[in-house]
Amino acid sequence: MKFQKKSKTKTAIPTASMPDIIFMLLIFFMVATVIRQYSGLKVQLPEATKIQKVPGSKRHIVTIWADRNHQVVVDDIKISRLSNLRSIMYQKLVNDPQLQVALKIDKNNKMGFVNEIHQELRKANTLKVHYFAVPGGEF
Amino acid sequence: MVLGKKRKKEEVEIPSSSLADIVFLLLIFFLVTTSIDTEKGLDLVLPPPGHTEIKIPKKNLANMLVNAQGQVLLDGKEINVRDIARIIKERIAENDKLVISLKTDEETDYQTYVKVLDQLKKAGAKKISLAEPEK
Repeated sequence: MKFQKKSKTKTAIPTASMPDIIFMLLIFFMVATVIRQYSGLKVQLPEATKIQKVPGSKRHIVTIWADRNHQVVVDDIKISRLSNLRSIMYQKLVNDPQLQVALKIDKNNKMGFVNEIHQELRKANTLKVHYFAVPGGEF
Repeated sequence: MVLGKKRKKEEVEIPSSSLADIVFLLLIFFLVTTSIDTEKGLDLVLPPPGHTEIKIPKKNLANMLVNAQGQVLLDGKEINVRDIARIIKERIAENDKLVISLKTDEETDYQTYVKVLDQLKKAGAKKISLAEPEK
């Protein structure tokens, strides 16, 4: 029994449009990249389940770190006295009215300390806060 | 007078064969520097500064107190943290104007506070008001 030979067609992936695809990818990553990034402090975030992404662009987010030794860092500025926080936050709000605050507070902190930060933020009129947390804690 | 000889018509072209390589390099650079972070959090709007008191009818208010031991008191009754979502959900279903006033102790753990806030989010509570911790 003879099988019919398959016709020899040349198979090649068209690469002519590859630069275009790469360009698209490039543009995506260029738009998605925010160059400035701060290392902050080492904190153990609390656990929560109903966490959601911060709406809006990352550009409008100011991150405040507060570790268990009551050290506070705003983006890249170390706060020596907590009462300085309000002027720094107010200045940031003037520069960017759409400002949102990301709070990365260590889970071992007490509410007395957290509330001091709240009061400073209130006085600076930066009222939109996000308590950053890690998924988990379902019981 | 003839100024200069006529130039030969040469075809001028920018070599574009290496364009793809350049773009590739750029792509790799941005791929490496981009950090699509998965960090998420619970959002809340703090009360505006000053001591402006807004009168809320008592029937629209749910007083929630969290003490230093992590016990939760809702309108004078002690409840379990894991029951908050269910109870508040029922209360909101009864009265959609319900405002939850959340009050914590100075010594309450931040983790407990986030847990309670998480439960309130789970119940779909939109109106959460923060009260100052008890001194």
